[in-house]
Amino acid sequence: MIKISNVSKTYPGGVRALNNISLQIEDAELYGCIGPDGAGKSTLFRMIVSLLIPDAGTIEVNGLDIVSNYKQIRSKVGYMPGRFSLYPDLSVKENINFFASIFNTTFEKNYHIIKDIYDQLSPFSDRPAGKLSGGMKQKLALCCALIHNPEVLILDEPTTGVDAVSRIEFWQILAGLKASGMTIVVSTPYMDEATLCDRVSLIQGGEILTSGTPVQITEAFPAALFSVRTRHSMYSLVEVLRQMPEISSAFLFGQAIHVVSKDMTLTSEMLQAMLNQSQYEEIGVSKITPTIEDCFMYLTDQTNISHG
Amino acid sequence: MIAFIKKEVQHILRDYRTMIILFGMPLIQVLIFGFAITNEIKNANLVVIDHAKDYQSVRLIQKMTSSGYFKLSGYASTVDESEQLFKSGKAKQILVIENDFAEGLRQNSARIQIISDATDPNVAEQLKNYTIGIISSFTAEQRDLPSPALKVNVSSQMYFNPELKGVFLFVPGTMAVILMLVSAMMTSISIAREKETGTMEVLLVSPLKPWQIIVGKVTPYVVLSFINALTILALGFWVFGLPIQGSFILLLAEILLYIIMSLSLGIFISTISSTQQIAMMLSMFALMLPTILLSGFVFPIENMPSFLQGLSCIMPSRWFIIIVRDIMLRGNGLTHIWMETMILCLMILFFLGLSIKNFKVRLQ
Amino acid sequence: MDREKVIEVKNLVKKFGSFTANDNLTFDVYKGEIFGFLGANGAGKTTAMKILCGLSKPSSGDIRIVGYDVYHETERIKNSIGYMSQKFSLYDDLTVWENFRFFGGIYGLSRKEIESQTQLLLNRLGIWSYKDRIISSIPLGWKQKLAFSVAIMHRPAIVFLDEPTGGVDPVTRRQFWDLIYQAASEGYTVFVTTHYMDEAEYCDRVSIMVDGRIRALDTPENLKSTFDCQDMQDVFIKLAREAKYQ
Repeated sequence: MIKISNVSKTYPGGVRALNNISLQIEDAELYGCIGPDGAGKSTLFRMIVSLLIPDAGTIEVNGLDIVSNYKQIRSKVGYMPGRFSLYPDLSVKENINFFASIFNTTFEKNYHIIKDIYDQLSPFSDRPAGKLSGGMKQKLALCCALIHNPEVLILDEPTTGVDAVSRIEFWQILAGLKASGMTIVVSTPYMDEATLCDRVSLIQGGEILTSGTPVQITEAFPAALFSVRTRHSMYSLVEVLRQMPEISSAFLFGQAIHVVSKDMTLTSEMLQAMLNQSQYEEIGVSKITPTIEDCFMYLTDQTNISHG
Repeated sequence: MIAFIKKEVQHILRDYRTMIILFGMPLIQVLIFGFAITNEIKNANLVVIDHAKDYQSVRLIQKMTSSGYFKLSGYASTVDESEQLFKSGKAKQILVIENDFAEGLRQNSARIQIISDATDPNVAEQLKNYTIGIISSFTAEQRDLPSPALKVNVSSQMYFNPELKGVFLFVPGTMAVILMLVSAMMTSISIAREKETGTMEVLLVSPLKPWQIIVGKVTPYVVLSFINALTILALGFWVFGLPIQGSFILLLAEILLYIIMSLSLGIFISTISSTQQIAMMLSMFALMLPTILLSGFVFPIENMPSFLQGLSCIMPSRWFIIIVRDIMLRGNGLTHIWMETMILCLMILFFLGLSIKNFKVRLQ
Repeated sequence: MDREKVIEVKNLVKKFGSFTANDNLTFDVYKGEIFGFLGANGAGKTTAMKILCGLSKPSSGDIRIVGYDVYHETERIKNSIGYMSQKFSLYDDLTVWENFRFFGGIYGLSRKEIESQTQLLLNRLGIWSYKDRIISSIPLGWKQKLAFSVAIMHRPAIVFLDEPTGGVDPVTRRQFWDLIYQAASEGYTVFVTTHYMDEAEYCDRVSIMVDGRIRALDTPENLKSTFDCQDMQDVFIKLAREAKYQ
C-alpha cells in the first residue's frame, strides 16, 4: 500500500510541482496517474521511490516512511524513470545482467518474473539497447526494473513516444504483472490508457483534478455530452457550435466533434434541430457517455475558470 | 560490484574513439615533446674566448663541442666583440676561459664566464645550463689530479642530471598531466553521464551504497591510468634513455597514489556538476591548466611570483613531479620524499571526504 | 489531378548497410494538404522524414521537395521548409522575442519582416504580452504553439511536424490542431507525425508505414472503409500487427 498524505513540493526555482496531494494506492492495484507533461507526475514518482523529499506531507510505501526508511524502500521498489534509463552501449542481455547484479540477484534466478517480456526481446539479446525501437526499449527497461522481483513497481510514462501497437502490448504485460499480486503505479499522458487501470488520478498543474475508478469518473461528468458528425468540414462546424449559447465547449475528437452542453437539459434532438437551422445538413448527433479525455478537458476547463 | 566494474569496462571498450585518444595521447605527447626538446638544443653556435690556452682549456672546449649541443663556430679575442658576434648570428653563446685555467683548476680558482644571447631567454637559459652541466662533468673527470674535491659552482640540480636532458624533466611532467587527465576528467565525465542519461536515478534506488557506485566507476580508470603511466615510463626508458635510479616498486606505488589522488578529485568534480559538459569544463580549467602551468612542469616554480608559488603548493602534480624526479633521477628512497607522499595522502583524504559529504543519495 | 504537388517521392530507397529502412516509397503531397505520416516505432518514419527535409541523402529514388531535388538542392529545400519536433523546438534560455529574432535571422528575414511576423503570429495566439518571457518559464503547450509559429515564420511552403503534441494536455493539443488547420487554410502544406490516433482523423490524407514500406495511403474515411474498421486506431493496429506477427 502506498499512502500519500498532503504532499507539496516547490523546486528551488520557485516552480510549484505539487500542491497538497493526497491519495492511497492499495496492494495489488494497477493505479494510473493521468496528466500532461509538467503536471507533477514525475515529481510525485521520484518521491515515492525516495529520490526526492516533499516540502510538506508524508509518503509511506508498504508502511515504510520514504524519508527515514529510504534504504529498505529502495530494495522493495522497482522504478522506471521517465527518461531512457538504460546503457545504450550495452546489449539487452548485459543491461539486464547489470541491473540484476546491483540488486544482488541474477538473471537466471528471477527469469520467471520477466520471462513473458524477455521472450519478446530475446531475438535481439545481443543488440545494444541504444539501437532498439521505442517499444522494445521500454520493454527492456521494464525487465530491468522487474529483475529484483519488487513488491511495488513505479513506471514513469512508460508508453510515451511508443506506437499504438507497442502500447497495447505493454499494457497487456502490466495486466499480467498485476495478476501476480504486484502493486503498480503508472503515469501516462495518453488519456485512453486510463480505462486500463483499476483506479486513476487525473493530474494537472500539480493538483489532482479527480480520483476514482474510470467508470466513477466518467459517470460523474456533470453535463450532457454529444457526438456530432458531418461529412462537411468539421473544422468550420466546430466554430459554429462554439458560437451557440447552449454549448459550453466543442472540440474535435477524432472523427467526431464532442459537444458539451451548459446544462443537462439539452437533448440530441434539440441540438440536431439547432444545427439544421444553421444550414448544416447530413449531420449525425448522438448523446454519448464521456471518455476520460472528455472528463479531463471538462475538469481542466473548470479549474482554469476558477483560477480566473 | 564486480558486475559494476565489468559494465564500466564495457563502456570504455566500446567507445573506441575515446580509447584511442586515451592510449594514443601519452604516446604522442611524450614523443612530440621529447623530440622537440632534444632537437632544439642541438648544434648551437659557440664562440670561445680562450685566455688560458692551456691543455685543460683545450680539453674543455673539446668536451663542449663533442657534447652535440654546441658547434664551435670560431674563436674571438675580447669580449668587446660579443655584441657583433650575437648580431651576426655567429654565436648563441660565448664561453670565456680566464687566464691560468689549468692552474686554477688545481687550486679551485678556475674561472669561466658564460655570455648568452638572451633573445630567446629559454634557449639561453638552457644552453647556460648545459654548459654548467658539461663543466661539472668535466671537473668530475679530473679525479686523477692530486688536489682534493674540485669545485666549480654547480647547482645541486645539475649534479644529478649532469647533462640536464630536457626529456628527463619532461617525462614526470607529462605523466602528471596525463594521469590527471585520464583519471580526473574521465571519471568525472563518466559519472556525470549517468546523471545526464537518467541511469543514476536507477542506481540510486538500488540497494547499492554510494561508495560501491564510486569504487565501481573508478576501478577501471585506475587500471587504465596505470597502463598509461607504464607506457610513459617505457617510452622514457627505451626511446630517450631515461634511467630509473631508484626503486621501481616505490615509483609504481607513488604513481598509484597519485592516480588515486586524481580520481578522488574527479569524483569530487562529478558531485558538483550535473552534466558532462560542466564536468568537462571544470576538469579542463580547474585541473588541466593549473597542472600544466603551476606544477613546475613548464615554468620553474622558483621563477614564479610568490603568490603563484603559494598556489602551486596546492597542486598535487607539483609534489608528484618532485617525487618522480627524486626517485628516477636521484635514486632517493622514501626517506627523502616522505613529506611529499604525506601531502598527497592528505589531499586524497580531503577530496574523498568532501565527495562523500557531497554525494547525494537523493536528487536535488 | 491537377493540384500542385509540393512533395514528389518516386521509388525512394534508403539502406543502412544490409538493412533497408525505406523500401521503395512512392507518394505525393499536395499544396495546402494536412498529410499524416504514421507508422510504428522503427517502421522508418524518421529516416524518410530526414530525407524529405534534406538532412540525409536517399540511396536511390527521385525525390522533389517544392520542385527542388534532394540530391543537389538541399540548401534551397531547407529554405522552403519549416521544421518542428517535440524534442527540439526553441531555446529555453532565450525570450520569446529573441527566439523569433534568431530563427527569423537564420532564414534571412529582414528586421522589419521579423518584427511584423512576430507581431502577427503572437497576436494570433493571443500572447503578445509573453513577448519578453523566457521560454523555460512558459508551459509546454504554449511552447509547442510558439514553436509552430516560429516554424512558419519565414512562410515556408511545407512545415514538417514531428510528434508536435507529445505529452501536451488534451485541450492544448486541440488548440494546436486549430493552428494546423488555420495554417493549411492559408496554403501551408503540413506534414505531421503523431502517436495519437485521434489526430490521424484530422488529417486530409494519412499514410501508414509498416516495416519500411507504405502499407496504406488514403483519406481517413477511405482507410476505415477499406480495412473495415471503426476508427483510425483500429486501422493502424490492424496494419502494424500484421507486420509484426507475419
